[in-house]
Amino acid sequence: MNQEVFLAMPVFLISAFAVLIVVLDAVSGKNKTINFAFGIFSLLATAGAAIYTLTLQVPKLVNPADYHDIFTITKNTMVFSSYSAYFDILFSLAGILTMLASRSFISKGYHEYKEYYSIIILAVAGMVYISHANNLLMLFIGIELMSIMFYILSGYFRQRIESVESALKYFLLGSFASGFLLYGMALVYGATSSLELNVIAQFIAKNNFNATYLTFGIALLLIGLSFKIAAFPFHQWAPDVYQGAPTTVTAFMSTAGKAAAIFSFIIIAKALMPSFTNNAMRLVSTETMQMILAVLSAATMLIGNITAISQKNIKRMLAYSSVAHAGYMLMGVVANNQLGYDGIIFYATSYLFMQIGAFIVLSVLENKDSSNINLDNFTGLRKSNPYLAALMAIFMFSLAGLPPFAGFFGKYYLFLAAIQSGYTWLTIVAVISSVISVYFYIGLIVYMFFKDSDNPIAKAELKLSSVSLFVCLIGVLLFGFFPSLLMNLYAIIK
Amino acid sequence: MIETYLPLIIMLVFGFGIAVVFMLLSEWLGARRFTPGKVSTYESGMPPRGTARERFSVKFYMIAVSFIVFDVEVVFMYPWAVQLGTLGISAFIAMMFFIAILFAGYFWELRKGGLDWD
Repeated sequence: MNQEVFLAMPVFLISAFAVLIVVLDAVSGKNKTINFAFGIFSLLATAGAAIYTLTLQVPKLVNPADYHDIFTITKNTMVFSSYSAYFDILFSLAGILTMLASRSFISKGYHEYKEYYSIIILAVAGMVYISHANNLLMLFIGIELMSIMFYILSGYFRQRIESVESALKYFLLGSFASGFLLYGMALVYGATSSLELNVIAQFIAKNNFNATYLTFGIALLLIGLSFKIAAFPFHQWAPDVYQGAPTTVTAFMSTAGKAAAIFSFIIIAKALMPSFTNNAMRLVSTETMQMILAVLSAATMLIGNITAISQKNIKRMLAYSSVAHAGYMLMGVVANNQLGYDGIIFYATSYLFMQIGAFIVLSVLENKDSSNINLDNFTGLRKSNPYLAALMAIFMFSLAGLPPFAGFFGKYYLFLAAIQSGYTWLTIVAVISSVISVYFYIGLIVYMFFKDSDNPIAKAELKLSSVSLFVCLIGVLLFGFFPSLLMNLYAIIK
Repeated sequence: MIETYLPLIIMLVFGFGIAVVFMLLSEWLGARRFTPGKVSTYESGMPPRGTARERFSVKFYMIAVSFIVFDVEVVFMYPWAVQLGTLGISAFIAMMFFIAILFAGYFWELRKGGLDWD
């Protein structure tokens, strides 16, 4: 049998399950558990298929310029590498962690509707398409499928004004950014006469091409994608949307959604920054692209971390910090070497565990209308919820990038990659902004542990969230103490 | 290069010119009689009553969305049906997948009561 069938299995599975769960939703009546269970099962199956893919002989990360028509069933709209398979696992994992935590949370704030789980599966399907895209249209469909599901999810608490506001803001700005993205794709298509990224990369490498509209198209693509990862000049939507959306949805959007958007950045950058081929583009040379991305990355992490200092609402603070983390992950794209791309893998993994963990702690502590997640409310949390306070402290230390937690090694690999490709100034900026970020991460710990309050938050019930929290804790500790585990796993299985 | 477009440019100039001339002529030569019907906003038949910005039932949106979904589906199927002979079996399978996905959504809408009017 053709090996490609197995390679494409994660994509096929998640697509089939996304349709099936909608049908199941129609026939299952009032039973919500069956949809929940089916959702978890489909994500597990997708992750399992992706893990199986890792054991097959596939290229690690396909460089579009050296890639020839090897994938016949999907007709070159998709590409299969262990890199994309790894991201499939990450997206499924984020979906599972979110769904486990959502069960009690959404019925606390509103009603539990079965569509919630279908929408999460559909969003994961969009992300999986992004991670396998070799065609600009495939990439666009993936991004849109993911984004539209996020618009719906962020307005899930539809009787709550902040939730509706966040959905509307996200929808209006997001569709505007999609317009930029699509127009950029149209211009790139016009300049290179192909939508397939390998053909585009080969075209750029072969022809000494230097059309103004290609530059313009690339610029529009970068604008659209910067919006999707909430990079500096286009980050303004992130705090409002992340604060207004239900907390578990924010956890999902700010980790898996961000990783998927970063992945689309990688796809575009690898096609347009031909580091392994001759540097033929004169107008948009690899160096220029790298410099643009480097400035974007530096500005993003500084703005994110500096603005986070003055936030009183913890969700908003984490939203700004997630803007900063997008800046760190962009460093791997700037470095444009193998270590940089591996660093993104490590960072995305550790960021997923710590950020989802932090948001889930928030979600279980929240009251009915989410009014008690300001810094003051967390005063003296160590007395009422000692375990949750300890978990939150671990996630905060990890987000701040302190050893021995996973966040430290994530930053270490990315900084190393940036130095290796000659961006020492970017690394210095990144280190400075990490130091700034320590202030507000540790600030929350000070509130929780070293201040006393008369009415701390009541003892929270964990239910299924405890499973998610446990997995996040294990992830943060395991990859913190044994960082080589993940890197070796990824290097050996290939 | 530009000569190929010359007829088009001449046509555009003449088109605009004739329209402008006719408007000006009717303005100068025509008689002016104002009747209440003439000066009011044109509303295709019925005299306007109240504002158009009223809240109306979300059911209309449901019908409109369903209509668009199935209308677009049929539009996709026309060229497919015409070219099916040359496209072969793979196009047939692809369209079956498309219809299956669409019917999953339709089935969901039906079961959730999206097509019930009351």
